[in-house]
Amino acid sequence: MAEKIVLEIARYAPDRDEVPSFQKFEVPLRKEWVVLDALNYIKDKVDGTLTYRWSCRMGICGSCGMMVNGEPKLTCATFLSSYGNNAAVRVEPLRYFPVVRDLVTALSDFLVKLQKVKPWLIRKDQPPLSEGEFLQTPEQLDLYKQFSMCINCTLCYAACPVVGLDQEFVGPAALALAQRYNLDNRDQGSAERLATLAHPDGIWGCTFVGECTRVCPKHVDPAGAIQQYKLTAALDWVKSFILPRGHNPHQAGRP
Amino acid sequence: MTDETMTDPTMTDQAARSEFHPRWYRERVSTWWWLGEWHYLKFILRELTSISVAWFVVLTLFQLRALLRGPEHYARFASRLESPFMIALNAIAFCFVMFHTITWFNLAPRAMPVRMGGKRIPEFLVAAPNYGLWIAVSAFVGWLILRTP
Repeated sequence: MAEKIVLEIARYAPDRDEVPSFQKFEVPLRKEWVVLDALNYIKDKVDGTLTYRWSCRMGICGSCGMMVNGEPKLTCATFLSSYGNNAAVRVEPLRYFPVVRDLVTALSDFLVKLQKVKPWLIRKDQPPLSEGEFLQTPEQLDLYKQFSMCINCTLCYAACPVVGLDQEFVGPAALALAQRYNLDNRDQGSAERLATLAHPDGIWGCTFVGECTRVCPKHVDPAGAIQQYKLTAALDWVKSFILPRGHNPHQAGRP
Repeated sequence: MTDETMTDPTMTDQAARSEFHPRWYRERVSTWWWLGEWHYLKFILRELTSISVAWFVVLTLFQLRALLRGPEHYARFASRLESPFMIALNAIAFCFVMFHTITWFNLAPRAMPVRMGGKRIPEFLVAAPNYGLWIAVSAFVGWLILRTP
C-alpha cells in the first residue's frame, strides 16, 4: 500500500458556519505531488464541495496562495514530500484576509489599495506615436525589474503583522509596485503617488518586520522597496526645507 | 445592491462584500501574535532593543554630569555602577545593544541598494563598511580607556 499523508483543511461555509473548522483528509503521499495536487485529488475524488482558487500550477498566476502549516505558500510550489514527517499538513486560507469560503479569501480590499498607488505608467507629456517607443537601457530596466516580478499572490500580506493590525495599511505588494513605477524612467507620476505613499498608512506604516520579503515566491523584496522609498521620501523632505524654491517634487521617489 | 451590504467598517474605501458574498469570516489578530513565530518574536526583540540603547544614552549623560561635577562625584558614580544589580542590568542591556547593532547592520543593504557601474553591488559589501567602522571605533575607544598613562 502506498504511503499516505493527512491534510487538515480549513472549511467555512458562510451560510452555515459561524467560524471555520478543520476537516481531515487522507491523501496519497506521492513524491512529485505539491499541496495543490492533493487539494485537486480531494476535490475530484473525495469531496467536490472543497473550494479554493488555482489556475496555472506553475507559480505565474498567483492565485493558489494559502497558509501551509502556518506559512504563506504558493501551494503549486510546495511539495507534500517536504511535510512527509509531519503528523498532518494544515492548509488554511491566507491570514489577515476575510474568508469568503473554505480556502478562498476576499481580495477586494487589496485591489482598492493596489489601485490607490497608481501602478501604471503616468505621463505628463504624451509624445506622438511617430516619435517611436520609449527606449530604455539595460541599466534603467535593472533599477526596477526586481519589483516588477510581483504576481499579486498576496503572500506578503499574509506574512505582514502590520496588515493584520492596521487595516488601512497599503501593504507590501502595492508599495513595492508603486516603487516599481517610480523607478521607471518612462514614468512621470511619482509626485502623484507621493501623497498615498509618504503617508502613515503608506511607507511609514511599515515597521520593517521583513517577513514580506522572506515569503515572496518571486524574490521581489517588498521590504527593500519600502525602505528605499522611505530614504528617498526623507531626503525629499529635507531638500524641500533647504531648497523650498528649487525643490522639484516631480522627482520624488527617484534616486 | 443595498447600502447595507456596501458598508463594512473592516473594508477601506469602496471595497465591500457583494450580494453574492453577503457574509465572510475575519479573524481578529491576537494581542500575542508575536509569540507564535520566531520571526515575529525576533522582530519584537529588535524593536525592544531601543530601550537598551536609550538606557546607555541616559547612563552616558549621567556619567558626563558626574565628570563635570568633579572627581568625588565621579567616584560615587563609578562605585554605584559596581553593584551586582547594575552589572547584571548592563550585561543584559549590552547583549540587547549587540543584537540591535548586528540586526541593523544586516538590514542596511536592503534600504540602500548601492550601485557601481550600473550594477548593484553585493549586499555584504554594503554591510561590511558598517562592521569595519564599528570595529575601528570600538578598538580606538578600547585603546583610549585601557592604555597605561
